[in-house]
Amino acid sequence: MSQFGDLMGGFATVLSPEMLLFAVIGVTLGTLVGVLPGIGPAVTIALLLPVTYGFESPIPAFIMFAGIYYGAMYGGSTTSILLNTPGESASVATAIEGHEMAKRGHARAALATAAIGSFVAALISTGLLALVAEPVGRLAVSFRATDYFALMILALVTVTALVGSSLVRGLISLLLGVTIGFIGLDGISGQPRLTFDSPVLFNGIDEVLLIIGLFAIGETLYVLVKGRTRPGQVTPLEPVRGGFMWLSRDQWRRSWGPWIRGAGFGFPFGVLPSGGAELPTFLSYSWEKNRSRGKQEFGKGAIEGVAGPEAANNASFSGVLVPLLTLGLPTSATAAVMLAAFKIFNLQPGPQLFEENSDLVWALIASLFVGNVMLLALNLPLIRLWVKVLEIPRPVLYAGILVFATLGIYSVSGTVTDILIAYGIGVLGFLMRQFDFPIAPTILGAILGPELENQFRRALNVGNGDLTVFVTRPLSLAILLLAAAALLLPYAPRIVARLRGKDPEEAKKLAFADED
Amino acid sequence: MRAPRRSVVRRTVAVAAVLGTTLTLAACNQAAGGGAASSEEFPSKTVDIMVPAAAGGGWDSTARAMQKVIEDEDVVSEPVEVFNVEGGGGATGLSQLQKDEGDPHALMVTGLVMIGALEQASSPVSFEDTTPIATLTSEAEAFVVPSDSQYESIEDVVAAYEKDPASVTFGGGSAGGSDQLVVAELMKAAGADPSQMKYVGYSGGGEAIAGILSGDVAVGVSGVSEFESQIEAGDMRLLAISTAETQEVAGEEATTLQDAGYDIDFSNWRALVAAPGLSDDAKEQVTEVVDELHGTQGWKDALEANGWADFYKTGDEAQEYIDSEVDRVAALYEDLGL
Repeated sequence: MSQFGDLMGGFATVLSPEMLLFAVIGVTLGTLVGVLPGIGPAVTIALLLPVTYGFESPIPAFIMFAGIYYGAMYGGSTTSILLNTPGESASVATAIEGHEMAKRGHARAALATAAIGSFVAALISTGLLALVAEPVGRLAVSFRATDYFALMILALVTVTALVGSSLVRGLISLLLGVTIGFIGLDGISGQPRLTFDSPVLFNGIDEVLLIIGLFAIGETLYVLVKGRTRPGQVTPLEPVRGGFMWLSRDQWRRSWGPWIRGAGFGFPFGVLPSGGAELPTFLSYSWEKNRSRGKQEFGKGAIEGVAGPEAANNASFSGVLVPLLTLGLPTSATAAVMLAAFKIFNLQPGPQLFEENSDLVWALIASLFVGNVMLLALNLPLIRLWVKVLEIPRPVLYAGILVFATLGIYSVSGTVTDILIAYGIGVLGFLMRQFDFPIAPTILGAILGPELENQFRRALNVGNGDLTVFVTRPLSLAILLLAAAALLLPYAPRIVARLRGKDPEEAKKLAFADED
Repeated sequence: MRAPRRSVVRRTVAVAAVLGTTLTLAACNQAAGGGAASSEEFPSKTVDIMVPAAAGGGWDSTARAMQKVIEDEDVVSEPVEVFNVEGGGGATGLSQLQKDEGDPHALMVTGLVMIGALEQASSPVSFEDTTPIATLTSEAEAFVVPSDSQYESIEDVVAAYEKDPASVTFGGGSAGGSDQLVVAELMKAAGADPSQMKYVGYSGGGEAIAGILSGDVAVGVSGVSEFESQIEAGDMRLLAISTAETQEVAGEEATTLQDAGYDIDFSNWRALVAAPGLSDDAKEQVTEVVDELHGTQGWKDALEANGWADFYKTGDEAQEYIDSEVDRVAALYEDLGL
């Protein structure tokens, strides 16, 4: 068990006062960045790169950067839960149930399950990173375009739970997202699409714009219009009885499963070079909604719907580090900036890194553990402070949200045009709320649509336009069959019943999509 | 550096604005107190180096390496800031640079890739709308195959392509970028038709490497440094590099395309330009600073660390080189039918 010895060596490096100080700076900055809309961990790290030029060793820099990333993930859930204004795509799934919980007076429990879940998932996934990085990294790069396409299809058919109470509304919302996702230069041929010849739209609509527009601005407009007809205050916070760390015994019991399953979704998607942090959160949400015993509570604030996605988005980061450290492949924006940082210190991540710079790698891994302990210690007491946000009078609160949202967009793009686009999307978000369309499928569509298309066309390009490429490769075929099963299985009882000539209405109760 | 696409480097962002505005405001105050900017010594305020792409790419590393060396070696007394303006393969940054006409403190990193991107986006602004200061670095393009590939040499690849263009899948950075251009140039030199090329574009080095290792792509093309650690680890085999001059890759001297009999000298160069309309005097002063940067040990170390070749041209020489590259890329685009 040489890894264990190496890891202990890593801890020895990290547990010095100086390194701990950098970890504290990182997690604090990261939490702030996570709470503020628009500014993400990648930008923050890029901004801090020059600060690290003066460091003699890269270790403190990486400790700080890892803290920023995880901190942003912890912080991101806070605004999603309290205000229904996620600042980034990985927190969108959290907002769905999290905000409902907050509205019903369970804000503290939602924040606690998010923080503890993030912690648990980070421990699990960092453990996996330490143990199986090498073989898992190898496996991940064997995924081909056809496999990704199949995987995206599987994701698409299994996230039906996001769609909400009306299938038609959900699908319209999803297709709206797909359409928005297609705006810009086509990824394969470079042809402009839906840009109306405006160079402003050549790069498409940034995901951050879409999220801030649909959520922060849309929500503000909605509250502005509906404010008078709705009660002025949310339900007062309910006291937690007989619990531990803001969670009642029952909530603990309902949270731990989703935490572990969330980590199980997050880590592998993080490892895949075209995986991402959003899909596992949506998958985890759907899984919990369909499996949970508190199913009837979904849509009204089910704790499982917060615990799972939050665990998933944190676990994906350790996953992202697998291809970065073992193969030198940056698979997310943050990883790309970290790769740049490695190069500044004359380090080349890749197959040799574990051998040549094992001190650094293990210190980094150890710092992930340390950072998460700090974040838990930072975030649990902060819950007491965060929930005070709910007591701020609405006009002041939403004015503040609008200011931060606008600043966030401006910091992303530096152009006024983008602010106008975001406000336009905000009006769309308002209308969607007004007419009861779910928001999350739009985000999913904007992320998944273009990726699905890219992988599909890549696969066809490689296969000389032959559609059979999707079924001749065993892995792709297996995933597609799984997708077909996921789509059809819920209806199986109904089909069987009909074949037997029984009343289909009775069997329908077992169906997967019975709320539609 | 490749034209940024949305899928991977999505959330990496330009923080230009807030920073930039503050600096500009500060600068305005200073300029108002200190008289006309043109007669001042350069630099008289913070020097802004714009990266017209996301953080983490080749232009970004170039700008940040410059910043590091300038600060480490005290090349100038004023601070140097690097900021990113993403979009349109550089077109967004280039149009933003127009606002600083005549200001020697507004610099931008650019390169070969931007020529193609401007062409593709039918951009209203072009290289003419800058003041070229110097070309800085160049990086050879590498042709690689997975270690279990049937292709042993670049001639094998060309032969397979000549027999059936659809049998060879090339892959690298975004379609229309330098990676695809060098393949077009190779096929042109070999007398084959580049427009038949099957090319899979990826949005980042990471995705492209994964595409090659997974077997989607038969022949990978990208900057040498992107593949170096895979070559060293034995996961990939280097077939050839695109420059006329050879270099060591993973401890061995690389075969050049010219060695293999194709008359090609292609490199992915990067350059520093200033805002348009600089006075000759200001241009001279900026060039002096870059000269000094270029002479430092720190810059040599940075070149070495990043696997960049020194490719230093200034003044008319730089201008002529950039002009000739613009013409060459336009011709290649025509051949590719893009």
